[in-house]
Amino acid sequence: MSTQSGAARGTSTGTRMTIAKALNAGMRAAMERDPKVVLMGEDVGKLGGVFRITEGLQKDFGEDRVIDTPLAESGIVGSAIGLALRGYRPVVEIQFDGFVYPAFDNIVSQVAKMHNRSLGALKVPMVIRIPYGGGIGAVEHHSESNESYFAHTAGLRVVTCSSTEDAYWMMQQAIASDDPVIFYEPKRRYHERGVLDLGEHGGQGVDLDDAPNQLDEAVVRVEGSDVTVLTYGPMVKVAHAAAQAAELEDGPSIEVVDLRSLSPLDTELIEESVRKTGRCIALSEAQTFSSITSELAAHVQEHCFYHLEAPVLRVGGYNIPYPPSRHEEVFLPDLDRVLHAVETLLAY
Amino acid sequence: MSEITDLLPCPEPVQLLAADGTAVPPTEQARERGYAMPAPEDLLAVWRAMVIGRRFDAQATALTKQGRLAVYPSSRGQDACQVAPILALGEQDWLFPTYRDSMALVTHGIDPVEVLTLLRGDWHCGYDPQARRTAPQCTPLATQAVHAAGAAHGLARRGTDALALCLIGDGATSEGDFHEGLNFAAVFEAPAVFLVQNNKYAISVPLAKQTKAPALAYKGVGYGVRSEQVDGNDPAAVLAVMRAAYEHTRAGHGPVLVEAHTYRMEAHTNADDATRYRTQDEVDEWTGQDPIVRLQAYLVGQGHLDDARIEQVRAEAEDLAADLRTRMNAEPAVEPLELFEHVYAEPTPQLAEQRELVRHELAASASAAHGGTETKDTQ
Ligand SMILES: Cc1ncc(C[n+]2csc(CCOP(=O)(O)OP(=O)(O)O)c2C)c(N)n1
Ligand SMILES: [Mg+2]
Repeated sequence: MSTQSGAARGTSTGTRMTIAKALNAGMRAAMERDPKVVLMGEDVGKLGGVFRITEGLQKDFGEDRVIDTPLAESGIVGSAIGLALRGYRPVVEIQFDGFVYPAFDNIVSQVAKMHNRSLGALKVPMVIRIPYGGGIGAVEHHSESNESYFAHTAGLRVVTCSSTEDAYWMMQQAIASDDPVIFYEPKRRYHERGVLDLGEHGGQGVDLDDAPNQLDEAVVRVEGSDVTVLTYGPMVKVAHAAAQAAELEDGPSIEVVDLRSLSPLDTELIEESVRKTGRCIALSEAQTFSSITSELAAHVQEHCFYHLEAPVLRVGGYNIPYPPSRHEEVFLPDLDRVLHAVETLLAY
Repeated sequence: MSEITDLLPCPEPVQLLAADGTAVPPTEQARERGYAMPAPEDLLAVWRAMVIGRRFDAQATALTKQGRLAVYPSSRGQDACQVAPILALGEQDWLFPTYRDSMALVTHGIDPVEVLTLLRGDWHCGYDPQARRTAPQCTPLATQAVHAAGAAHGLARRGTDALALCLIGDGATSEGDFHEGLNFAAVFEAPAVFLVQNNKYAISVPLAKQTKAPALAYKGVGYGVRSEQVDGNDPAAVLAVMRAAYEHTRAGHGPVLVEAHTYRMEAHTNADDATRYRTQDEVDEWTGQDPIVRLQAYLVGQGHLDDARIEQVRAEAEDLAADLRTRMNAEPAVEPLELFEHVYAEPTPQLAEQRELVRHELAASASAAHGGTETKDTQ
């Protein structure tokens, strides 16, 4: 087992680190805490994953805890189900969003339903990590935001992080969860830095219940009074920038809610925010049609109807396949599209 | 049901040329299967296409370093597999390639710029698949194997003797679709040939972690598919084995699986760092197995090739590279509204609406870029 402390343990006043490193530190902490945690996937061992998220873990925990599997997503998820049934907590990596589909059957028919089918006798406490989203100039199948498929499936928790702190804590909470969790990692934000403050314990012996937030809680990132932007993952940064830009120009006051959990949704916080501002934008990279943003719009109008000054607007991808990289700016929602939606709401 | 001996691959990869270019007499089983040294003019054609293909590959790598391509997976070292199977195809045959097979597509006569459209990020496929009888390069691993099985079945149903060639990597043989492709082709008795380019790695994962089979070629046997293995860096053997496979399947005897033992000389792509998982010694060893060097030595030794011809083909390869540079350095015409055009046979009303929205946005930002203050004013 590792004797080297992770980067996260550096100080008690907080360490600046990337989201990528924080995910790695989160997995390391979970592996130290629980010997039943095993990592599996394509290239996760010796290479440390194509994004280096599992870097150094095979070296420190050995080849039987960090497994370079044969190249087959259905095999990876399916065999992880079997491991989970025998008491392990597999954390599997899907190399890119667009390559999860060979495992789709196992995820939606088996991972999601095992607990229900067995009247609760069987648990599948696994984490399926998926780097997702565009903006990295990649070729097709490497930039998808397919979270809606899984959020649509009962029995799966679907979460995503947008900050260093969340990357670290949510990864551990996801691994500790007795429900299966699809953990979406915002790949274009992997190298963004943030502060991880583990307090005086330096992370040692920290109870997951003391984490700043629980896995299924949303968080208000920016407080505002005119418009609520509900968003998650890579778009939190865009929403943040929109709120700042509006403030700088003495424009409307934008509240940014980082959903963190896409299934279940923290409906309490969502409703509270929208009731306060009276206006709501649901923002995501994903195609808006039949999506998380559709669900948010529906929920908000069902539950906050009398507080709304304007219809809920969705800002997201068009209903087209993710475009080739030279066109991706056209597809990806940016500051202007968010601000335009804000204006539209205020002009209502 | 076939006799198992008809299905089993030769116990050792078929070889007709040793690494130094000397001819190796085929084994008895190889002779029985009809693997003989191809005619000099055929070998000359393979040699020429490899020289040109490798120059193309080097140019694509260079363009990637200059930021002209989003990514480039090189096939240097796999030149014999990229060239010989393609030159042996007939006019009516179909090809199912992967992201690794750009050199094969150039050999197939597709304009190099059209080949690189995908990797440049202009569009997902740059050539006309119907006209070229070539499916778009496939990235989700092994999915092309089932397509090839179906296409081969379709070709046979139409009463032609055309076949479908599926190119696939060693790692991708672990995916379910590879197995389903073999089984479907076998059950349909479809004229499909599956060529596994076993370049020893799936990104960082070595073959030993991918399979416990004595060779990937044995994977065909369980499906009742004739299987073979060949020295993938021996262009003469690759040509002979692929021709025999094509003949076998065209004659209605069902699909063939060929495993070519070769090596990926470059990293997985320009974005990969191969020093993390393999040694320079290993790479150096394979440098001594170079397919172009091998065939050239043989052809020169036999008096079929001289310096003048070598120089001529080199110049031809340089011309192709220069032309590719010029055309790739020109900015491509980017038409974002086309994103909405080909999603359905006809754009749906919703898509037409979204296209109009984007048209407006683009117009607004264009006028803002020309000194207008439109975006600011409207905020
Ligand atoms: C279904 C699927 N999973 C994962 C990937 C990511 N990926 C791209 S290439 C590759 C390795 C493929 O290895 P191999 O089949 O040996 O072909 P090679 O690249 O060596 O030519 C992986 C894992 C993918 N493209 N598709
Ligand atoms: Mg390979």
